[in-house]
Amino acid sequence: MKEPVIYTENLTKKFGAFTAVDNISFSVDKGEIFGFLGANGAGKTTAMRMLCGLSHPTSGKGSVAGYDILKESEKVKKNIGYMSQKFSLYEDLKVWENIRLFGGIYGMESKRIASKTDEILDELGFLAERNTLVRELPLGWKQKLAFSVSIFHEPKVVFLDEPTGGVDPVTRRQFWELIYAATDRGITAFVTTHYMDEAEYCNRVSIMVDGKIEALDTPKNLKLQFEADSMDEVFQQLARKATRKGD
Amino acid sequence: MVAISVQNINKKYGNIQALNNISFDVQQGEIYGIIGPDGAGKTSLFRILTTLLLAESGTATVDGLDIIKDYKQIRNRIGYMPGKFSLYQDLTVEENLEFFATVFNTTIKENYDLIKDIYSQIEPFKDRRAGKLSGGMKQKLALSCALIHKPTVLFLDEPTTGVDPVSRKEFWEMLQNLKAQNITILVSTPYMDEAMLCDRIALIQEGTFLQVDTPDNIIELFTQILWAVKSKEMFRLLNDLRGYDRIKTCFTFGEVHHITVKEDLKMEDIRTYLIGKGHQDIDVYAIKPSIEDCYMQLAQKTKV
Repeated sequence: MKEPVIYTENLTKKFGAFTAVDNISFSVDKGEIFGFLGANGAGKTTAMRMLCGLSHPTSGKGSVAGYDILKESEKVKKNIGYMSQKFSLYEDLKVWENIRLFGGIYGMESKRIASKTDEILDELGFLAERNTLVRELPLGWKQKLAFSVSIFHEPKVVFLDEPTGGVDPVTRRQFWELIYAATDRGITAFVTTHYMDEAEYCNRVSIMVDGKIEALDTPKNLKLQFEADSMDEVFQQLARKATRKGD
Repeated sequence: MVAISVQNINKKYGNIQALNNISFDVQQGEIYGIIGPDGAGKTSLFRILTTLLLAESGTATVDGLDIIKDYKQIRNRIGYMPGKFSLYQDLTVEENLEFFATVFNTTIKENYDLIKDIYSQIEPFKDRRAGKLSGGMKQKLALSCALIHKPTVLFLDEPTTGVDPVSRKEFWEMLQNLKAQNITILVSTPYMDEAMLCDRIALIQEGTFLQVDTPDNIIELFTQILWAVKSKEMFRLLNDLRGYDRIKTCFTFGEVHHITVKEDLKMEDIRTYLIGKGHQDIDVYAIKPSIEDCYMQLAQKTKV
C-alpha cells in the first residue's frame, strides 16, 4: 500500500471568529505535481503554512513526508523544501554563497555541498555565474536558481508558492521542466500559481474558495466536470462564487 | 491621431544595450501591448516615455509633446503605474488617492466619474492602509491614483503580476472601459492571454522589437507545421521528441507538447519512433497556433 506524501484530514485554521481554512481533506502521492489554486484570500497560504509546520492547526490532522504536522513539525521542516517568489535567495550573497548557506542550514556536509554545487550550476548552465551576486541575476535566472536551492538537500516534498510570477513563457517553461525533472526523481511538488495555463502542467489540481476545497481532480476531468475549455474557465466559475474579499 | 510616437530610441547601461533603435506609433484610444521577458527593456522604455529617464539618442512625443523639451507638460497629462507598487504603504486607501489628486491640482470629487467603476470596489476599505491590501486591491488603488487627474495617456508597467485570475480579468475589463473613453494605454505584460486583449502588440527581446502587429495577424503569419503530442510519460516524451532530428522545436504546454516539424515528416513517423522508445497511449494531432506558440518561435529564432 502506497503511503501518501502529503495527507490531511479535516484540517482547519481559525483566527478568532474567522475560519481561514475550513475542514480540508486531501492526499498527494509520491512524485506527483499537485496544483493548489485559489483566489487571493482563499486560504492557500494559511493551509501551506500548516503543511510546512509553521502554523498550528485549530483542528484536524495531517502528515507531510511521513511526519505528523502537529507533533513532529521540526522533522517536517527538515524533509521539505520551500520556495516563493517573494522570498527565495539572499540578494547580497553570491550564487555559490546562497547554495552553501542553504546546504549548511539543512545539515549537509561541506564536501557534499561543494560537489553538488558544481552539479547544479552545470545543469542550469550557470557555471560562469558562480561568483555573481544574486541581485544582479535576471528574474528568471533567480527563480530557476531558487528552485534548485530549494531541492538541494533532496527533500521528499517541495512547496512552491507562486514561483513563476512575472516570468515570460520561455523562462516559465524552463522552470516547469526543472519541476518535471525533480518529480521524475521522486520528489513531490506542491505548487500554487495564479496562471491557469500552468494548472495544465499539474497531475492533479485543487481549487480553494473561501477556505474550502471546492474541486479536486486532474485538469482533464475538471474541464469535463465544469464543461469548460480551459482551466481558466473552471477557475472563474468557482472563484466568482467567493463571498470573501481578498484579505 | 497619434498619441505616442517613438523614433530610433537607444538606451545603454554600461555595455548593455537596453533599447536598440526602437520606433513605433500608438494611436489615440489604442491599447498597445509591449510583450517580452524580464530584462528585455520594457521598463526602460516606459521610464523614457514618462520622462523619468533620458535616452542616449532618438526622439519621442507623447500627446504631441516632446519628451525632453515638454517634459513638465507631459507629466501633467499622463498616468503612470510602475511595475513595483509605489503608493504610500502607511497612508490609507483614501489618503493615497487624495494625495495624488492634490498633487495634480484636482479633487477626488471632480474626476470621480472616471474612477468610479474601479474605486467603488475598494471604497469599502478606504480607511485601510495601502500596505495591508491584497494584490488585486493594490492594483485597483494604483490604477485609481494613476487616473485621478484624467490623463490622456496611461502607462501600465506589468500591472497584473501577482494578481489572481479573477482580479486580472476585472482589471482588463476596466482597461476596455478606459479605452472606450478614448484614453490611450501602453501596457507591458509577460502573459500571452493578456497580449490577446491588446489592439496591437510589440514583441520585444533584448531591447529590439521582433514583430509589431495585431494579435490575430501575428498568429496568421505563423507558417510552421504545428502538432500536439502526448503519451503516458510526458517528461520522458519531451526529451525523446527533442532527440528526434526531424523535429525542429518542442515545447511543453502542460497537457500536451507542441512540436514544429520539417515538411517531409509524417505523423506516422513520429508514432513509430515513439513506439520504438516504449511510449504508451500516444496521440499526435495538428493544432492551430496560439499567440504563445508565435512568441516561443520568435524567441527561439533570436537565440540562435
